[in-house]
Amino acid sequence: MKQETLFTLDTPYRQSLAVTGFRFGQGAKSCAIVGALRGNEVQQMYVCSQLVQALKKLEEQGAINSDREILVVPSVNHFSMNVGSRFWAMDNTDINRMFPGYDQGETTQRIADSLFKSVQDYEYGIHFASFYIPGDFVPHVRIMHTGYENASLANLFGLPYVVVRNPKPIDTTTLNYNWQIWGTNAFSVYTRETDAIDPTSAQMAVSAVLRFLSRVGVLHYQCHNGYMASTLQEEELANVLTTQGGLFHRLKGPGDVVEYGQPMGLVLDPLTGEEKEQILAPTSGTIFFAAKNPLITQHTIAFRVIRRMH
Amino acid sequence: MTQTVVSVQLPVQESLEIQKNRITPAPERDSGKRICIITGVHGDELEGQYLAYRLNRTLAAHPELLTATVDIYPAINPLGINSITRGIPLFDLDMNRVFPGDPDGAMVEHVAYEVVEDIKGADIAIDVHASNIFLTELPQVRISEETAPRLVPLARELNIDFIWVHAAATVLESTLAHSLNSAGTDCLVVEMGVGMRLTRSYGDQLLDGILNLMRTQGMWLGETPAPRKPIIGRDEVAFLNAGAAGIFIPEVRHNHMVEKGQLLGVVADPLTGQDKELVTAPEAGLLFTLRDYPVVYPGSLLGRILTGGFER
Repeated sequence: MKQETLFTLDTPYRQSLAVTGFRFGQGAKSCAIVGALRGNEVQQMYVCSQLVQALKKLEEQGAINSDREILVVPSVNHFSMNVGSRFWAMDNTDINRMFPGYDQGETTQRIADSLFKSVQDYEYGIHFASFYIPGDFVPHVRIMHTGYENASLANLFGLPYVVVRNPKPIDTTTLNYNWQIWGTNAFSVYTRETDAIDPTSAQMAVSAVLRFLSRVGVLHYQCHNGYMASTLQEEELANVLTTQGGLFHRLKGPGDVVEYGQPMGLVLDPLTGEEKEQILAPTSGTIFFAAKNPLITQHTIAFRVIRRMH
Repeated sequence: MTQTVVSVQLPVQESLEIQKNRITPAPERDSGKRICIITGVHGDELEGQYLAYRLNRTLAAHPELLTATVDIYPAINPLGINSITRGIPLFDLDMNRVFPGDPDGAMVEHVAYEVVEDIKGADIAIDVHASNIFLTELPQVRISEETAPRLVPLARELNIDFIWVHAAATVLESTLAHSLNSAGTDCLVVEMGVGMRLTRSYGDQLLDGILNLMRTQGMWLGETPAPRKPIIGRDEVAFLNAGAAGIFIPEVRHNHMVEKGQLLGVVADPLTGQDKELVTAPEAGLLFTLRDYPVVYPGSLLGRILTGGFER
């Protein structure tokens, strides 16, 4: 394992932001793995830290194939993490909306540029991401439909689901999208948590990455085969919107199987506790996403359900 | 008459409401046209609030001069304005990156959809932004290249100082202006002043411009002062980004011509008294953007110079 400072950024009134990378193996740039781009992505950083531990042992055991190099960047935005801010604390911009970056541009464009220069030209790119709608997901791999994507490669993670997203304009400035455009096979891996550590899904993510790296010939790793993934188009998921605002009481969570019409959650009057709404499954299937915040606004996506195919 | 464009229940005893004030002409003078003045998409940009106030009062004072429907939307992001938040509280995305919205999407996408649906069909829309809290901007209209043939003639009537015709960017396809222009409603984006403040002179200037534009479009019978002749620039803009961290102390004033090589300011270290960077003009031109907020990182925008395009 080689630890190095990939780049630094001078900052006012604080120490410089130093972004650290860990390299394993040597030779061909095989896989770059990126964790926290946002200040609350603690789980994403944690998953990377566990990967660093695992890869360190595998390297010591000689399990990384020759002419294969893996780079892990657990945290890019600890500068915001240390002050409790999800986005860049100065201007609230999101590094993951700044790719491919610009070295003469604004601060977060420069950070994105420095990171992108460090992680591009790898054959595979894996980003532990968080979604712009807060809530819990079934662990899955997400890829963007850019014309360069390869869903069958995404199956090699052995996670239960692969979701293909048709990019919206806002997606064109993410790391995942730009990796793909610049020739890297890019995958975003979502686990259950963001701002809290969920060791179970973190371990699932570590195993999934090691399984993937083993299957694409980067290392030898003995493990169970994982899942035969179901590939979903994001628009196939059934969005379940609240019709009322209030307290959100979740009856079902990600991964739970529901039948058509079954209650998945309740919206309660926050002052009286009266039930304002039963949130019912619009279809039989499996819950893919569930909102988590105890307060919920009307017209919020409370659940996304994978329709059961008959 | 104030109307609610969209209402969404918040969790506890309150609804998010986006409102507009619709001012209609007397039936015998109604040209059937409609203009929408929209502001407050970003919660920290308040310059449009003064404009909305003045426009409302002007129209109320002279109903006999009005020949079109005017819809004034002072706060597309009322929660942001209320809580001094640029974006929408508890939502990750910049509101001006979710248009045209989605009726079945997340709450903000639903709100964005309803806003677009309400404005669509108007003859003209003007989306008034201030700069953010960091920069002061000369009153200007920003127009993407593909809409320039339609929009530049309208922008010339707005009594602004500068029309910036810029290259298209995919990410900008999710703005309110792009969505409206794509839907056939000509939408001009005004940037002026600075975040979290009112610059009355700029608000008054734009008010004259809006009335002048309305007059030229057959929406207003009142007399209006001849509009300023704006500089039209097509991306002939030099960007000044800080190369060091510290506090920026400007040595020049906003909205002045600068010479190539002229000292524009310093990035200073208050701890040691050192000048960490001397900021000089890379080109001669009009300093139309100048940093207002002193603390800077490497990359922080300090100013912009219009280096060409002096086509009036």
